[in-house]
Amino acid sequence: MNRIDQKFKEGKKLLSLYFSAGHPNLEDTVPILKQLQASGVDMVEIGLPFSDPLADGPTIQESSTQALRNGMTTEKLFSQLEEIRQEIQIPLILMGYFNPMMQFGIEKFCQRCEEVGIDGLIIPDLPVDIYHEQYQTLFNQHGLYNMFLITPQTSEERIHFIDKVSNGFIYMVSSASVTGAKNTFGSAQTDYFQRIKKMKLNTPTVVGFGISNAETYEAATAHARGAIIGSAFIKFLEHQGVERIPEFIKSIRK
Amino acid sequence: MNFNVDEKGYYGDFGGAFIPEMLYPNVEELRQNYLSITAEPDFKKEFDELLKVYVGRPTPLYFAKRLSEKYKTKIYLKREDLCHTGAHKVNNTIGQILLAQRLGKKRIIAETGAGQHGVATATVCALMGIECIVYMGELDIQRQAPNVARMKMLGAEVRPAQSGSKTLKDATNEAIRDWINNPVDTHYIIGSVVGPHPYPDMVARFQAVISEETKWQLAEAEGRDYPDHVIACVGGGSNAAGLYYHYLNDKRVNIIAVEAAGKGIDSGESAATSALGKEGIIHGSKTLLMQTPDGQITEPYSISAGLDYPGVGPMHAHLFRSQRAKFISIPDQEAMDWGLTLSQMEGIIPAIETAHAFAALDVCKFGPEEIVVFNCSGRGDKDLDTYIDYFKL
Ligand SMILES: Cc1ncc(COP(=O)(O)O)c(C=O)c1O
Repeated sequence: MNRIDQKFKEGKKLLSLYFSAGHPNLEDTVPILKQLQASGVDMVEIGLPFSDPLADGPTIQESSTQALRNGMTTEKLFSQLEEIRQEIQIPLILMGYFNPMMQFGIEKFCQRCEEVGIDGLIIPDLPVDIYHEQYQTLFNQHGLYNMFLITPQTSEERIHFIDKVSNGFIYMVSSASVTGAKNTFGSAQTDYFQRIKKMKLNTPTVVGFGISNAETYEAATAHARGAIIGSAFIKFLEHQGVERIPEFIKSIRK
Repeated sequence: MNFNVDEKGYYGDFGGAFIPEMLYPNVEELRQNYLSITAEPDFKKEFDELLKVYVGRPTPLYFAKRLSEKYKTKIYLKREDLCHTGAHKVNNTIGQILLAQRLGKKRIIAETGAGQHGVATATVCALMGIECIVYMGELDIQRQAPNVARMKMLGAEVRPAQSGSKTLKDATNEAIRDWINNPVDTHYIIGSVVGPHPYPDMVARFQAVISEETKWQLAEAEGRDYPDHVIACVGGGSNAAGLYYHYLNDKRVNIIAVEAAGKGIDSGESAATSALGKEGIIHGSKTLLMQTPDGQITEPYSISAGLDYPGVGPMHAHLFRSQRAKFISIPDQEAMDWGLTLSQMEGIIPAIETAHAFAALDVCKFGPEEIVVFNCSGRGDKDLDTYIDYFKL
């Protein structure tokens, strides 16, 4: 069974963290993963840096640019992850834009993901329709899940289509925005979370974009199976460093 | 082979809409409506009227006598440089602002490199009384001060793009991010035949007025409505798409596309996408783009800011791969020299982008009875500082 499904079977609310591989330092990938697992994090999204991350706000853009400057590449990331499954058991998801994957070769990319033990992918600029027509079979062959985003503007019909094509989870973008930390959620967001909950989708939902602290984590997981923190964690890493990761996790979930 | 867009938004292998889900409703709204809105009699009437009384169309098709004598062929210039605001860009912004109004949009965003498209967008927003925000790379803001001032005078807000390399591609990223953050009330007026479907096709259709006029103007002048060669410079490819449009599937017409080689194709400082680019995804479109082996988009270089884009529209990627068009690339120096040549032989000071196209005369051979139409895409006023520096005028 895919580790992502296993994780959801455990039944508790999931906390997932995102960071840009190669940031703050090139070789931080494995130490960050170890700290996150030791702190009780349920799942991790490893960001594959891209020069032009058009769905991301300033924090992830800058970490991505820094990671590239540090020398991160697709090949380098796979080599860092070569032995990762000897130490890390939680689900690992690669999140990145489609162009670097195309240049690496989609087939080879999927194969390397399978070899190192990646469970799934999130590719913001690969729309569900194109995935379904051209890549789903290949991803399935390599045991890779592909997770899709929905937003407050996504139509009900499209959400049902995404639900049908999805495995793992559906990534609920909290509001119409690029990534970036927010301190609270308004009633528009809670209404949207509730609306989706009422749709009784087959695929579990996880909220991302704008989760930054215990309050937004609580608000998100009241209506969804889990939440993803990105920008706020990246800022923490930048200022406090990898060693202090457990403090960050404790500040979110007791 | 068909060179127009297919029903799924592709030109051969290229095109499509590789966009994040956050953009899907915006782009889908456009896709579902652009053909029906632009086909409405009321839209057509207003578009044609504005092109006539505001832009100054039809632009002349001018027989360049001295140039023709020198190169022993029949050379015509399609005078887009005479459009209001000084370039072809305004054909597209007029079309898109009318579309945005009919979609009920209250706010316009745009990206700009040299500032030509920014000025053309600010102009139509002023014309319609709509809020206008133009994203421009921080470096370009410094390099193109007069156009920044023009946009401000026209009432637009110019927002610096501070991410990445702080130039056109980053301004485009910022505009896309703005659209993600403002999905309901905002229309994004893209400046070339780039971006996700339906943009390349929509912009090409608005620019198609260039070849539509060329056809009847040539028929009047030469007794046939097609030339033997059409030649245009290609940045994103909108002025070229406009000149080629009605000849795309006419095999009697030879298509020539001129890219900017910058300091030379192998210099590492170039914008010749067809020569240096590989298939990939930029700004939501599958096309040819300049990138590292790892798939990071690289920064192009050309002395002309309008050709300084790391990709090319999907229509052009298809024209290149299928060999329907011949692509050549011209270095800075030859383009600059052509700026001077055209000025002194025909009394027309071209934009540096435009000057690149004319350098095809040194590369290709044309027969004495052949008709060659150049797209004179813009005038050189905006480039005077560069010309002054370069020629020590
Ligand atoms: C006069 C002129 N020609 C050509 C271009 C290049 O754009 P495109 O390739 O879309 O025509 C520009 C862009 O700013 C321009 O100002």
